[in-house]
Amino acid sequence: MNVTMNTLVKWLSATALGLMLLPGTASAAWQLNLSPPVSHAGFVAYELHNFMTLICLVIFIGVFAVLGYSLYAHRKSKGHKAAGFHENLAVEIAWIAVPFVILVVMAVPATKALLDLRDASEPDITIKATGYQWKWGYDYLKGDGEGVHFMSVLATPRDQIEGKEPKGEHYLLEVDNPVVVPVNKKVRILTTANDVIHSWSMQEFGIKQDAVPGFIRDAAFKAEKEGTYRGQCSELCGKDHGFMPIVVEVVSAEKYAAWVDEQKKKMAAAMGDPNKVWTLDEMKAYGEKVYTTNCVACHQANGKGIPGAFPALDGSKIATGPNADHINRVLNGKTGTAMAAFGNQLSDTDIAAVITYERNSWGNKTGDLIQPAEIKAARK
Amino acid sequence: MEAVHDHHAADHDHHQPSGLMRWITTTNHKDIGTMYLWFSFIMFMVGGAMSMVIRAELFEPGLQFISPERYNQMITLHALIMVFGAIMPAFVGFANWMIPLQIGAPDMAFARMNNWSFWILPVAGSMLVGSLLAPGGAAGTGWTLYPPLSVQSGMGMDMAIFGIHLLGMSSIMGSINIITTILNLRAPGMTLMKMPLFSWTWLITAYLLIAVMPVLAGAVTMLLTDRHFGTSFFSAAGGGDPVLFQHIFWFFGHPEVYIIALPAFGVISEVIPAFSRKPIFGYASMVYAIASIAIISFFVWAHHMYVTGIPLTGQLYFMYATMLIAVPTGVKVFNWVATMWRGSLSFETPMLFALGFLFLFTLGGFSGLVLAITAVDVQLQDTYYVVAHFHYVMVAGALFSAYAGAYYWLPKWTGHMYNETLGKWHFWLSLIFFNMTFFVQHFLGLAGMPRRIPDYALQFADFNRISSLGAFGFGLSQLLFLYIVIKTIKGGKKAEANAWGDAPGLEWTVPSPAPHHTFEVPPVIK
Repeated sequence: MNVTMNTLVKWLSATALGLMLLPGTASAAWQLNLSPPVSHAGFVAYELHNFMTLICLVIFIGVFAVLGYSLYAHRKSKGHKAAGFHENLAVEIAWIAVPFVILVVMAVPATKALLDLRDASEPDITIKATGYQWKWGYDYLKGDGEGVHFMSVLATPRDQIEGKEPKGEHYLLEVDNPVVVPVNKKVRILTTANDVIHSWSMQEFGIKQDAVPGFIRDAAFKAEKEGTYRGQCSELCGKDHGFMPIVVEVVSAEKYAAWVDEQKKKMAAAMGDPNKVWTLDEMKAYGEKVYTTNCVACHQANGKGIPGAFPALDGSKIATGPNADHINRVLNGKTGTAMAAFGNQLSDTDIAAVITYERNSWGNKTGDLIQPAEIKAARK
Repeated sequence: MEAVHDHHAADHDHHQPSGLMRWITTTNHKDIGTMYLWFSFIMFMVGGAMSMVIRAELFEPGLQFISPERYNQMITLHALIMVFGAIMPAFVGFANWMIPLQIGAPDMAFARMNNWSFWILPVAGSMLVGSLLAPGGAAGTGWTLYPPLSVQSGMGMDMAIFGIHLLGMSSIMGSINIITTILNLRAPGMTLMKMPLFSWTWLITAYLLIAVMPVLAGAVTMLLTDRHFGTSFFSAAGGGDPVLFQHIFWFFGHPEVYIIALPAFGVISEVIPAFSRKPIFGYASMVYAIASIAIISFFVWAHHMYVTGIPLTGQLYFMYATMLIAVPTGVKVFNWVATMWRGSLSFETPMLFALGFLFLFTLGGFSGLVLAITAVDVQLQDTYYVVAHFHYVMVAGALFSAYAGAYYWLPKWTGHMYNETLGKWHFWLSLIFFNMTFFVQHFLGLAGMPRRIPDYALQFADFNRISSLGAFGFGLSQLLFLYIVIKTIKGGKKAEANAWGDAPGLEWTVPSPAPHHTFEVPPVIK
C-alpha cells in the first residue's frame, strides 16, 4: 500500500510539475509554485502540494466539463425542454462515497508528511529564535556554536523603503547578522517571543512556527544544500511586521566552525570593558548607532515618536528627568506597551550609550553622561 | 390576489409616520430588509474604499501613501467592516425581505425587535469607522485581534471591541427573530421539508449565530479586561496564554465562515432552479448537507492554528475533520450541477452570478482543501495564498451570491425590471477583475509573500501590480451596480408578479412590487 502510494504521489507530482512550470526554469519574479525545497520536510510538503493541486484540478475539470456541456446543450434558446427529475438515490450516495474515498487517498500522504515535519528529535544543533518588535534574537543553545548569540535586524536602508534611493536586490530580505548553520546537520529551532506573537518561517526548509511570548515551541530542519535562504516574520506583530526578515546561511562544516570562532571574538569585543570611562562625545556617537538599530522604528530619527502610538523622547519627562528613571525604563521596559525591556538584549555599554544619546539629542540638553558601570550597578 | 386582498384596509389601521420617522420607527419586514440592504451596500463601499487604499499602497514596492501603522488599521477595518458590516447585514436584509414571503408569513415574529436589531448597526458601524480618528488610530491587529498585540493597542481597540459587542447583539436578536418566524409563522401546509432552501439555510445560520456570537463577545470582553482591569487571560506572565484567545476566536471564527456561506448557498439554490426551469436536484440531501456543514463547522477551528504549536495529534485530528467538510460541500456543488443538467437554461444576470459563484466558490473550496493539509498549510499559513483563498470564498462566494439574489429579487422589491445589458456588464466586469485581483495572489502566497505587510520584496512586484490593477477595476465596476439599482428603483419595464415567468416560490405569487403587507391571510400550500 505504502509503496504504491509513494509511486502514485511521485507520478502525479511529476505531472503536476510539468503543468505548473518548474520554479527553477521560470524567472523568480513570476514564480508559480512553492520555492524549491532544500530539506526533507520541505521536499515532502512540496510534493504533497503538487499532488493535492493536481487531484483538485482533475476533479475541477471533470465537474465543469459536465457543467460546460450542459450550459451548451441544455439551453432554452436552443429550444431544450426541461426534464422533470429531481432526485436519484444511487447517484446521491455515489457522490458522497466517491469524494470520501478520494479524501482518504489524500489523507495517507498528508499524515506521513506531517509525521516527518514534526520530528524534532535528536538535533545536532539547537537554536533559540526570539521574536522582538521588530527583529529576531538568536541564541545557539546546544551543539557546535553553543553560546553564540546575536540580534538580527533588517539591513535595508530607510531611504530604499521611502523611495529616495533605488532598491537593492534583496530589498527587505536582508539582515545585518544572518543565522548560520552547517549543511546536513539537523537543526532544532526553539521559538519564543519577547512582546507579541511572531512567526519564524523558512519555506525552503518547510517550516513555520509561531513564536509565542511566555512559551517555547519547536520546529526542525536539516538543510541539504548550501546557500542563503530568506524568509519573513509570518504573524502580524505591529507596525514593522513587514520589516523583520529571517536570513539563514547554510554553509560547510569548516566555514561554520570559522564563523563560530569569529562570532565568539565579536561577542567578547562587543561586551566592551564595563569599567572603561567614556567621554560624552564618544558615548553620543556610539549611542546614535544603538538608537538607529533598536529605537528608531518607534521613537523615530527626530525623537518625536508617532503621536498617539509611540511617545516622543524629545522633551519627554523620562529623557530629561532623573537618570535612574531613564535607565530603569530602558532596562525593564514598560508592561502593556510596545516598550521592550532592553536589559536582556543590549550590553551595559550599549545601554549607557543610547541613554546618553537620548539625553543629549534633539531638544534634550541635559549634559548627562552615563557610564557602563552605572548600568551594571542598576542591573542588580 | 387573495394574499393581499385587504391591504388597503390594513394600511388604514396603521398610522405610519412619513419621511425619516417612517424608517426610524418602522416594524415592517420589507422596510427593515431594505434598510439592511442599503446599510450593507454603504458599508461595502466604505470597506471597498479601504481595500483601494491597501491595493494602492501595494501597487509597487516601497512605502508610498500610508504609514505601516495606518496600513495595519486599514486591513483590520476592511475585514471587520466587510464581514460584519457588509456581507452579514446583506444576507439579513435578504432574510427580512424574503423569509416571510417564502413561507407565507405576514411579517417577522418580533417586529419591534427587528427594528432594534437594525438600528444598532449604524451605531456599531460608526464606532468601527470612527475609531480611525481615535488617538493612535484604529485597531491595527487584523480582524483576528490576537493578543498580546491587541492588548498593546490604543483606544481604537476599545472602540472596535464595543462595536463588535453591538454587532453581536444585533445578530443575536436578528437570529431569534428568524428562528421564531420560521418555526411559528409558516403558512398551513408549509412543512419544514417543503420550505424553500433559502429559508432553510437561514434557519440553520441563525442557530449558528446564536451559538457563536456570545463566544466572540466573551473573547473580546476578556481582551477588554486584560487591557484595562489587570486580568491575565492571555498573558503568560499572569498565568494565561495568548493562544487561548485564538482558540476562542476561531471557535467563533470558523462557524462564522458558514454563517456567511450558508445563506449564500441558499440564494444560489433559489436562482439555479429558476433559470434551469427544473426543481432543485436532491432537495432533502441539500438540507442534510447544510446541516452537516453547520455541525462540522464547530469541530474544525484549529485548522486556523496549525503553526501555533498545537500538538501533533491535534494537527492530525483537525486536518481529518476539515477534509471531511469537502463531502457535504461536494454534495451541494454536484446537486447544483445536476439541477442544471437537462434543464432549459437561460442566462439572465442572476443566473450569471450564480454560475460565477459556482465556478469560483468551487475553486475557493479546493484551495481550502489544499490548506487543510497541515504540512502544506505550514508553507502557506499567513501568506497571500490564504488571502486568495478566503476572497474566493467571501467575494466570489458570498458577494456574487448576494448579487445573484439582488438581481433575482429586484423586480419583486421595486416592481421594475433592471436593465439586463447593464447587469451583464456588471457581471462580466466583476468576474474578470475579481480573478485578475485574486488569482495571482495564489502565486504570491506560493512564492512566500506574507499577508498583512505594507511593503514587499522585489520578486513579488509583478503579480502585485496585476492584483492592484484588478482591484481598482473591480472597485469601479461595483459603482455600476449602484447605478443599475437606482435606475431600477426610478423606473424601467414593469415587472409581472412572477417576474421570471415560471420561477418557483410563494414570493412570486404576490404582485411586484410586493405590497407593504402581504399574506395577512395565510396562503394555501398544496
